[in-house]
Amino acid sequence: MSQAITPPPATPAPMSVVDDRLSEVGFVTKLLRRPELGALLGALAVGIFFAVTAESFRTLSGMANWTDVASTLGIMAVVVALLMIGGEFDLSAGAMTGTSGLLLGLLTTEWGLSMWPGIVLTVAFAAAIGFTNGYMVMKTKLPSFIVTLATFFILQGVNLGFTKAITGTVRVAGLADVPGANSAEILFSSTFWEPHNFRISLIWWIAITIAATWVLSRTRLGNWIFAVGGDANAARNVGVPVQRVKILLFTITSTAAALVGIMIALRLGSIQAGQGIGEEFTYIIAAVVGGCLLTGGYGSAVGASIGALIVGMAFIGIQFSGWNTDWRFLFLGVILLMAVLVNNLVRSSAEGARR
Amino acid sequence: MSAPAGKERHAATDGAAPLLEVRGVSKYFGNVIALKDISCRVGAGEVTCVLGDNGAGKSTFIKILSGVHQHSEGEFLVEGEAVRFSSPRDARDRGVATVFQDLATVPLMSLWRNFFLGSEPTVGAGPLRRIDVKTAKRVMHEEMAKMGIDVRDADQPVGTLSGGERQAVSIARAVYFGAKVLILDEPTSALGVKQSGVVLRYIVQARERGLGVIFITHNPHHAWPVGDRFVVLNRGRLMGDWDRGEISRDELVKTMAGGAELDQLTHELESAIERPAAPG
Repeated sequence: MSQAITPPPATPAPMSVVDDRLSEVGFVTKLLRRPELGALLGALAVGIFFAVTAESFRTLSGMANWTDVASTLGIMAVVVALLMIGGEFDLSAGAMTGTSGLLLGLLTTEWGLSMWPGIVLTVAFAAAIGFTNGYMVMKTKLPSFIVTLATFFILQGVNLGFTKAITGTVRVAGLADVPGANSAEILFSSTFWEPHNFRISLIWWIAITIAATWVLSRTRLGNWIFAVGGDANAARNVGVPVQRVKILLFTITSTAAALVGIMIALRLGSIQAGQGIGEEFTYIIAAVVGGCLLTGGYGSAVGASIGALIVGMAFIGIQFSGWNTDWRFLFLGVILLMAVLVNNLVRSSAEGARR
Repeated sequence: MSAPAGKERHAATDGAAPLLEVRGVSKYFGNVIALKDISCRVGAGEVTCVLGDNGAGKSTFIKILSGVHQHSEGEFLVEGEAVRFSSPRDARDRGVATVFQDLATVPLMSLWRNFFLGSEPTVGAGPLRRIDVKTAKRVMHEEMAKMGIDVRDADQPVGTLSGGERQAVSIARAVYFGAKVLILDEPTSALGVKQSGVVLRYIVQARERGLGVIFITHNPHHAWPVGDRFVVLNRGRLMGDWDRGEISRDELVKTMAGGAELDQLTHELESAIERPAAPG
């Protein structure tokens, strides 16, 4: 009568039944089941490659450089990964970082707010945009791809139009002189560990990765995120509030974009109207390289972070090696293709092995 | 519709009201009569099979029982009390759980996560409130063991299980969360012969644990070995209602296929086969 449930045939699991059943699953099987394995191997390969080709890449100051690029990218990659695991896309995430930075700049330099009220308003505005994205996707039942593509273009137009109309240029500058800028800079754009100068955004990135991993692996919300992305119908049938979970994920993504926009604006003391345009794809690439499936229901925050690390290492590594930085797009394309192929294998072994 | 004497399995329900009973239930969609005057019941430790061909009204019937639709006429009783479910959740709260065909589990999620999805046990409070993974895995092991399944690895994705095992996860979950009546929507229709047998065993198991099971199928060969009562629907109407022993397997197959229609068809097919043989 006992219909024993065995692991997929490809894995060498011992057949005898002992009391502690968990130990029967081979270490290799467990490892292969982790979505971030491929990304980790990729990160090692890319890191070693650039450590060999560029001397400055392997110094601590070089590391401060590539972790800086990876950090703002990584914060976004992690929240985009959560959204993708929940089965949705946000193409407006890149433009949203620009919108947030510009809004903060205009609020403080043009409209006389001091820094902290400006930051609070900016974050609230971003959260509202994210909520609207989610609400529209849920109510229209259109693919989030098309809804957020619209948001993306609207934001891009607003960024350029408003900035030009108000400042007469395509940038908002002078944030460093705003009252309260100093305390905000400490939190969002300072550096630590002289003389290498690691960015504070690195700490934010690590903290957000840990928080997202905790949520995904240990909380009810995490369970629901996997479920709404894996099979929204089944999730609804067992009482998961599908719409609320997805709208929350859109809101989180936009809020994180505001965080990154604020970091960039404070770091430079100014922000360009075109900030963030095109980066939405880099976030998605980092998430996919980290093991997220484009179809939802599978992935990890740590994986997305490693994906962002790969992108950061490559961007700086190409520069340090003295090559033309245009090559980074070729690199992004190649790693995306490789990641999608690997993920496909993972999915088929996880989903369709013994039907 | 009293049970014949000498059938101990029905003895428990003869005195008390059946777990679930519908009397003269009809359902209209506008001027379309989807169901007309259907009666059926299931008691604790019984399996009632609802049979019917495509278009017989099985899905409308199951949707009424599970709370997706409300009946237009007639009575719907749970443990003797008239009810009108507003949602599947409402039905589940009254102990009527439906296992929808293939819509019950998330393939990419692990066994234990699927088992507790939507009702996860938690420990801690505030931001530290988290799923009690240890308890979840232990309970899942125990509940699956009661179904006769020895789970080796709680982290195995449900998608790697066979179709029968996935049905078992859904059934075990429904039972654990307090179902008294299990409604199974075509649990064997997408499965091979062997896997169907496995699912039929789970049905027997659930019955022996004292649940009432409503087993919806278009396959009389699957219904016959496990059913205590057979209800046959055809074109939205009740074709017949028999206790086990009142009808033979062949009669059941015949009734389902429309009785006289099947005779006619057999006749036509036979003559069609004989015809080319005659001149040659």
